[in-house]
Amino acid sequence: MAKHAETYHNTITENPPVQLQNLSVQYGDTHALSRVNLTVQEGDFLGIIGPNGGGKTTLLKAILGLLTPSAGTVLLFGSPPRQTRTRVGYVPQVNHLNRNFPINVQDLVLMGKLPGRPAPFYRFSRQDRQEVLDILEKTGLDGLKKRQVAQLSGGEFQKALIARALAVNPQLLVLDEPTASVDTRSHEQIFNLLRELNREITIILVTHDLSVISSHVLSLACLNGTLFYHGEPILNQKIIGELYGCPVELIAHGVPHRVLRSHEGE
Amino acid sequence: MTLLSSILQYQFLQNAVLAGLLASMVCGLMGVIITEKKMVMMSGGIAHTAYGGIGLGYFLGFEPILGAFFVCALAALGMGFMHRKTQSNPDVLIGLFWSVGMALGILFIAFTPGYPPDITSYLFGNILAVGQSDILLMGTLTAIVTLTVAALFNQWKSYLFDEEFTSIRGINVVFLEYLLMVLIAMSVVSLIRVVGIILVLALFTAPPVIARMFTADLKKLMQVAVLLGAGFCFFGLWISYELNLASGASIVLLAGISYLLASAVCALFRKKTAS
Repeated sequence: MAKHAETYHNTITENPPVQLQNLSVQYGDTHALSRVNLTVQEGDFLGIIGPNGGGKTTLLKAILGLLTPSAGTVLLFGSPPRQTRTRVGYVPQVNHLNRNFPINVQDLVLMGKLPGRPAPFYRFSRQDRQEVLDILEKTGLDGLKKRQVAQLSGGEFQKALIARALAVNPQLLVLDEPTASVDTRSHEQIFNLLRELNREITIILVTHDLSVISSHVLSLACLNGTLFYHGEPILNQKIIGELYGCPVELIAHGVPHRVLRSHEGE
Repeated sequence: MTLLSSILQYQFLQNAVLAGLLASMVCGLMGVIITEKKMVMMSGGIAHTAYGGIGLGYFLGFEPILGAFFVCALAALGMGFMHRKTQSNPDVLIGLFWSVGMALGILFIAFTPGYPPDITSYLFGNILAVGQSDILLMGTLTAIVTLTVAALFNQWKSYLFDEEFTSIRGINVVFLEYLLMVLIAMSVVSLIRVVGIILVLALFTAPPVIARMFTADLKKLMQVAVLLGAGFCFFGLWISYELNLASGASIVLLAGISYLLASAVCALFRKKTAS
């Protein structure tokens, strides 16, 4: 099995966006992650899959410095995440947020422009506002900028969260289940957008949606408590079986057949 | 004699109106934050620990309202700290702090030598008994709360919507969390004289939820909530003056009835537009 295989299509740099060494995370007595080694190179588009409770969100939180690992190190652009995480655009899971919060799309995206330093009475500059308008256009939200978040569809809300992450001018985009509550059309639009963004920005995304893996990502990581596979986005029954603990039917309608390359596991 | 002409004549009524206006500032601003952050019960817990502080004030012989402020602030920080460090269920913490604070107050007052002091005005408020020193304290606390909310308005907005994103931006959300706890303690203390410890939650909740029916912009929400709060305090005072009823209860009942009416009107309106 191609365990911890190096990524190939990416430029190898001295301070890669993400470098995890022997990362373990424990919640009380529960091991959420153990001994994960993973390097994400600049320009990569990494998809992380795995069953629920497999530690996907925990991995993202560790990368973003939102939790302290029980062992191992996390380096974000070569430094501890708390020092460099302002370079990251984070797109959280839609259903972790309060959809009824009184804010419109434009103001939501402006939140990405908030400075990290203490800034009492901060007012957004004209340039901030212009950049936000450009991002809204790029993400196809310019018609909705005055719309309340509560009145958006799942797909529109997801795009607004991506727009907010882009307002940060990120070098790395981290997305947690970006297609969880999104209709097919928005699904398509979001991945087209991500692919376009990937020309300039490194992307890590967590998903349970296996069809995404085939056609969109450049590399794949399979996570269930520990890292089972990291390499080319090719899934076979052996990896899936190990990952989910049972054979999973790989439904691949309209998906390039490289998802289902069987009998080539070893 | 009507209320308006009496206001011109009597100092205590002028104080009452002023206290109502100051109270509406804090309940409008903090009420919106508290309801959006779903911290209403947390605020109730903090408010009730004030009783311990009032008891302590009587027992040691200093101004009870100052005792209320110190104990409230300590309890608020303590609850924030314990929640953060032990990951304990906030529900449980709130319940414990709530009752333990009240229990301390009861004991302190029992230990206080001499006649037991009249503590009903702290429990249920008495806007007509607000003195110059109360106004001074309320004014100071209101100024601090208003300035802090205004100075960090955009940071609050981001924090209330998405804590994780805000902390990744490099904003210190732990500081904001503790600051919010202290602001709640300050607001509670400045509302105690008006509606009392027990009734304080109505002023934190009714103005923001009614305001939410009219606007969905955080800043306007705060402005409308302040106006509504001022309305409740003034007309509640008027009702209590005309009908000779307890002022705190009048204000709170007015707020509660207004909420019921507003949601009924809203529901009717929605039905009409839907059909």
